Amino acid sequence: MTQGTMYRSRVRRRRLTGRIFGVACFLATLTGVVFLTVLLGSVVTSALSRPPDHPRYDLVGNGKELTTYLISLAGRFQRSQVAKAGFRAGIAGSLWLLGLVTTFAIPVGVGAAVYLEEFAAPGRLRTIIDTNIANLAGVPSIVYGLLGLAVFVRAFGVKTLAMGPTLWAGGLTLSLLVLPIVVIATREALRAVPKSLRHAALGLGATRWQVVRDHVLPSALPGILTGTILALSRAVGETAPLLMVGAAGSTLRVPKGPSSGYTALPVEIYNYAKEPDPAFAAVAAGGILILLALLLTMNAAAILIRNRYARHARS
Amino acid sequence: MTPAMLETPTEPPPRWKIHRLLRVWQETAIREFLRFCAILTVLTTVGIVLVLGAETLRFFQITRISPFAFLTGQVLDPEGDPPLFGILPLIWGTVVIAVGSSLFALPIGLLSAIYLSEYAPRRVRSFLKPTLELLAGVPTIVYGYLALLMVTPALRALLTPWGIRVETFNALSACIVVGVMIVPMVSSLSEDVLSAVPRGLREAAYGLGATKFEVSTRIVLPAGLSGVAAAFILAISRAIGETMAVVLAAGSRPQITLNPLTSIETMTTYIVAVAGGEAAFGSAEYLSLFAVGMALFLMTLVLNILSRFVLRHFREVYQ
Amino acid sequence: MPDPEGLMTLDVQPTIPAAPPTPPEPVLSARSLSVWYGASQALKDITIGIPRNQITALIGPSGCGKSTLLRCFNRMNDLITGARMDGELAFEGQDLISPLTDVITLRRRVGMVFQKPNPFPKSIYQNVAWGARINGYQGDMDELVEKSLRRAALWDEVKNKLHRSGFDLSGGQQQRLCIARTLAVEPEVILMDEPCSALDPIATAKVEDLMDELKSDYTIVIVTHNMQQARRVSDLTACLMLDEAASKDGHRTGIVVEFNPTELLFTTPKDPRTEAYITGRIG
Repeated sequence: MTQGTMYRSRVRRRRLTGRIFGVACFLATLTGVVFLTVLLGSVVTSALSRPPDHPRYDLVGNGKELTTYLISLAGRFQRSQVAKAGFRAGIAGSLWLLGLVTTFAIPVGVGAAVYLEEFAAPGRLRTIIDTNIANLAGVPSIVYGLLGLAVFVRAFGVKTLAMGPTLWAGGLTLSLLVLPIVVIATREALRAVPKSLRHAALGLGATRWQVVRDHVLPSALPGILTGTILALSRAVGETAPLLMVGAAGSTLRVPKGPSSGYTALPVEIYNYAKEPDPAFAAVAAGGILILLALLLTMNAAAILIRNRYARHARS
Repeated sequence: MTPAMLETPTEPPPRWKIHRLLRVWQETAIREFLRFCAILTVLTTVGIVLVLGAETLRFFQITRISPFAFLTGQVLDPEGDPPLFGILPLIWGTVVIAVGSSLFALPIGLLSAIYLSEYAPRRVRSFLKPTLELLAGVPTIVYGYLALLMVTPALRALLTPWGIRVETFNALSACIVVGVMIVPMVSSLSEDVLSAVPRGLREAAYGLGATKFEVSTRIVLPAGLSGVAAAFILAISRAIGETMAVVLAAGSRPQITLNPLTSIETMTTYIVAVAGGEAAFGSAEYLSLFAVGMALFLMTLVLNILSRFVLRHFREVYQ
Repeated sequence: MPDPEGLMTLDVQPTIPAAPPTPPEPVLSARSLSVWYGASQALKDITIGIPRNQITALIGPSGCGKSTLLRCFNRMNDLITGARMDGELAFEGQDLISPLTDVITLRRRVGMVFQKPNPFPKSIYQNVAWGARINGYQGDMDELVEKSLRRAALWDEVKNKLHRSGFDLSGGQQQRLCIARTLAVEPEVILMDEPCSALDPIATAKVEDLMDELKSDYTIVIVTHNMQQARRVSDLTACLMLDEAASKDGHRTGIVVEFNPTELLFTTPKDPRTEAYITGRIG
């Protein structure tokens, strides 16, 4: 029996190639992390670009200065003078939009997901809706803007139905945008609930809805919450659709109600960033930090709520 | 058990009957409401198709251009006299962004996925994977800002000593930031696919005396190839639909050029540019928004459907 | 951290020397071998010598470490996080536990067939050729593929469809394909981890006949929980059981209870625990 005489194994070379490849893969994975750090670093530096009183590495001093700057930005309206520029209207508008999206997209999205997962019999209708939602998730956000423009803002030219560039239009457009995300995330959460739970409840003579309301939904709640926050985070950061439905370039007022004109935080950031005067770059950077802080808060809240619910469920 | 108990089954007393009736009504009402929610999603698609379709038709009616001329015409000048609507420069710009960002993102995303799925120890993975997903949650306007105020100056600093001129708005910056933007998508989707490749295949390969590199690239990756292809297609579709990062990075000058250091316009940035200009309702310029939007929608739709077909092939092989 | 190919160092020992002409020494030998998965000890003080060109069976109730022991012989436990070995383990006299061991070459020379047939999603031809190719086979590949498939008693059934996918075969055929794949890299030892448990009786019989033919050229170690199979097929049998003393609070530690020629072990077991297992009182 041959003892492997036909083999030129070159084990050393194979190992070396393997090592190099492994390092390449690791470096590739790091690109994302590196970029994230650079991103943060550059935005923070830019926001502080006015001659700082403290040297670069003084984290506490710079941190305080940054926070005061950001707070002052949050209090001022958008202006053409750097010294008076701020994001007050944008923050207010974004919060309004957040509220509208929560009111529309979450109930409809969760409802649709519950229907598809718990009530609908597998069949043509369900497959159509499934494929449809998957397609919607991939539609570019600006197309939703076009939809909102034609239907909500202008209503195909029917003046009485047209909402005009109001918060209603913006809120509804964003709701449609994030609806697929809510549906998909909720369905995953519902699917994670074990079948045995449903069977147990049904076996006691409960109706389908009672099973869902009292057993499935509570059990899936953490997952649904996560999906909701994901969707809302997306909604807060969207700019293009809002530009289409007429979020104002600049307003000097906080919106009074859903029928007023408005602007949003990312829209104001966009306007400042576009300005040729380099001093506005710092303002835009400040806005970005405010936006990121908002997103961070939302996600942190989500994680907290989810953990609290998970603890409840276990006890 | 006495025989008396085996009589006819008891009829529920009247109040149970009403309660049951109410419950049935309630159940039906709730069911219908939920069904309506589900139908709403279909209505959205119908809405998109109707709106884009109707306005596109009107556009072609008013301007009397043929769709062919629209798609292949090389001059885009909506405000000119006469207004010209050849969107080939937009298609070109979109392709440039898609290809440019993919060149960067697809290899890096794939290598990341291989690292996370085959090489990374569990603790490293549980740290890196959420960090990458964090990157995916950053709003696109931030990427646009970075392109304009960080990447372009860096490119300038790098290339001006060589006598190469980098314009304020240039396609290269856009490709870079869009590339970084889609890396998490490629990485995450590919990693899901590679992890789904059955463990037995890896064991068999190791058992034959293969190195990790050989197992990863010659067994696992080929096994997951269709899934990875699906991930690639989805990422490209995403790059095509990107607006804010591109508009801040590459500006909006419609031209067909091979110079990556100058401004270009894509389908998405055209829509933003025109909308910002307050075109009169019902005018050709206003309607052109929807015609371009239709082209964009169809492009991404085709890619998304293609990606799902390819993914189904992967699922079929591994059940 | 799992290090399936001993990447901790590039400097490995020179190739493990080829077998001496007429060896009375065992091909694989373990002495006081212990295996841990993290803090849990899976095997304790295993001493066993696998003789050349014979079929050795490892039997015992499930969970007592038979597969773990088998996977020590080709260092496949390296794939499991937290696995470590202690004691002595040698292949042809060369230490296997040392981090300097050339695991890649080891696995070519000590091949493995798994419980669930796992052909690659490639053609039948490529399944057989792949292992040889990556190991740098210099000869005629077509010839190697045919030879391996013949030895695995599969050639006649697949010779006209070598380009078809490995998945197109039945379970028993897939397993024989996996055997052919292992044979293609010309090992000296074949480890089989419950190779027939996923197969129907006819396929099982074919694989058992195959084992009998192969033993003249290879050393075979088979793990099986089917005692009749062990009795039919093997020359020597080792019975593993859970060590009561060490297996407290959920941890299951296995030991070798008896190791004897098969007929002897089954007709006159020396250890009462062996007897309890083979008569069905435990297991």
